[in-house]
Amino acid sequence: MSILVDKNTRVIFQGITGSAGKFHATHCHKYAGNVVGGVTPGRAGEVDLDGVKMPVFDTCAEAVKQAGANATCIFVPAAFAGDAILEAADAGIALIVCITEGIPVVDMVKVKRVLAEKKGARLIGPNCPGIITPGQCKIGIMPGYIHKPGRVGVISRSGTLTYEAVWQLTTRGVGQSTCIGIGGDPVNGTSHLDAVKLFNDDPGTDSIVLIGEIGGSAEEEAAAWIGRHCKKPVVAYIAGMTAPPGRRMGHAGAVISGGKGTAAAKIEALRAAGIAVAETPAVIGETLISLLKSRQRARSRKASVPNAKKPAQKKSVKRK
Amino acid sequence: MVQSGGVARTPEEAGARYDEIVAAFGSGAEIVVKAQIHAGGRGKGGGIKFARTREECVAAARKLIGMTLVTPQTGAQGRLVRSVLVVNAVTPQRELYFAVLLDRVLSRPVVIASTEGGMDIEGVAAKTPEKILKEVVDPALGMMPFQARKLCRALGLTGDLAAAGAKLMLSVYRLFWESDCSLVEINPLVITAGPDGKPCVLAMDAKINFDDNALYRHKDIAAMRDTNEEDPREVEASKNDLNYIGLDGTIGCMVNGAGLAMATMDIIKHYGGSPANFLDVGGGASVEQVTAAFKLLCGDKNVKALLVNIFGGIMKCDVLAAGIVGAAKAVHIPVPLVVRLEGTNVEQGRKMLKDSGLPIITATGMADAAEKVVRAAQQS
Repeated sequence: MSILVDKNTRVIFQGITGSAGKFHATHCHKYAGNVVGGVTPGRAGEVDLDGVKMPVFDTCAEAVKQAGANATCIFVPAAFAGDAILEAADAGIALIVCITEGIPVVDMVKVKRVLAEKKGARLIGPNCPGIITPGQCKIGIMPGYIHKPGRVGVISRSGTLTYEAVWQLTTRGVGQSTCIGIGGDPVNGTSHLDAVKLFNDDPGTDSIVLIGEIGGSAEEEAAAWIGRHCKKPVVAYIAGMTAPPGRRMGHAGAVISGGKGTAAAKIEALRAAGIAVAETPAVIGETLISLLKSRQRARSRKASVPNAKKPAQKKSVKRK
Repeated sequence: MVQSGGVARTPEEAGARYDEIVAAFGSGAEIVVKAQIHAGGRGKGGGIKFARTREECVAAARKLIGMTLVTPQTGAQGRLVRSVLVVNAVTPQRELYFAVLLDRVLSRPVVIASTEGGMDIEGVAAKTPEKILKEVVDPALGMMPFQARKLCRALGLTGDLAAAGAKLMLSVYRLFWESDCSLVEINPLVITAGPDGKPCVLAMDAKINFDDNALYRHKDIAAMRDTNEEDPREVEASKNDLNYIGLDGTIGCMVNGAGLAMATMDIIKHYGGSPANFLDVGGGASVEQVTAAFKLLCGDKNVKALLVNIFGGIMKCDVLAAGIVGAAKAVHIPVPLVVRLEGTNVEQGRKMLKDSGLPIITATGMADAAEKVVRAAQQS
């Protein structure tokens, strides 16, 4: 099991005739064969993805009707990306993954205003690496080989830092159910909390890695919900302890403004919710593995001591 | 409305601004001359002067232009004053606060007003949150006149002042939206006697932040960029499309990806070092970018050691290693260089670094890399 994408997902690439769109469509198709075509306005016809011929449509509506697309990956330049997202939503595409970086905030505010009233269209990104269910479907720019099928759900605002965490898991033999990059912009589609809820409900996910960074309060919101409702263990890491206030750290959304959005405040909120926070980016994988081991030990202890006070023990386990 | 006057780059221009104000207000009007730098706290640093006569105004400008102004926000090195603002002095009867910004949780613009103008608004929000009035704007509609009237009423504005206040608020909202601002803050928004003696609403000071991603559609705003007010290292970096922020530590770092770059700074600190910068060379880390980045990092006199941390994703480690070796040979690197590569073909990549003949210290994992670079910086 997984969230949002699997072997049945049928992906189109908006901007498939551009160099980046074509390059990544080729890689995604080689990974698990989910690509069914692309859209470039005015360029209907065919595109060659390293020997595989794919149909190109003028509009998303045609791609849905003729190729059965139910997901899209957007590589459209920033000035036109907001329009591309809304075109995909209008065509009834359920999952819209927007890789494009540098979309004006005002454009995204308009997009979200429309999507809020359009049930059934989920946006991931923009300015994100995309989403992957290892072995089943890859939509985005992440290197496929670093992933391994398994039961850890990964959520992150960044690209290479996610690869780092995923690689730590994979090289230690721990696989992932789905890895989702929600993007580094101040206004984005799927939030940390949305993704946590999806993983919490997914029977194929046993634990969650949440990677955040300075700026905004998305991590705090996720932490508050996890503390009250999440049934699964969560490990977190927050980047930007040393970031100076008032400066945008590469990502448009990574900025401490008016004293809000600091790494320290996020870590405090996460810890208060009983979430294990990795001290450094080098130990994200280790922190999860040792948490899972300690829970396993606690469970086997509980199983061997039938008269133990169940509720108290349960609570202490969760806090670890 | 705003104060009369304008910017002057020379004492002579300040005199001309004086004449314009006198033409509007009559002689005897009190004049303020304010140093124009990208930092607050100017009054405390002696960057604001008052004048009654033309001579006093020109003398104040002569004194300010060319001086290095040190304020609580500039740091000890201060900032060179290149221009001044010359305006008529205003005696506020009341100081209010008004701002438009983006609410990230709601993904909508919000309009904020407060009776506590002229002060640190974060402090007001923390101590007396009831004094912060907030209206959420539906982006499909824009700010509605009734929302402006509501805020004016809550600020205690009535009659003509309420009408003038609402008009100002709606105009500021339009500025925020149409110019792709991320913040427009009027602080203080004052009630003062107008030229006719009647009370009026006046925006006395303002801070406007723009969305960098939208500057392509506002050429006029982009043209206002003043690189004199920026860190020269950052100006150089932006010419090479590098995402760079200068800090004051001793370890220069080069990383691919913004999140990993922040995490690298953090782990340097964790192991007892201090990062000299944030630098994201992009997910692909091309040879050109790596070369430009090495030049930039080596130009920083504080840097005692370099750390390159690259996660080779789609770009394979052997290709990246070739790029690093090529760039390191092209640029003379006077300090120890620690390189940590991870990803596809990492063994080949590490071997290429080793065989290059360059004094590169290779590291495996971020912790190892941070430890090695901190040690190297302490020893050099």
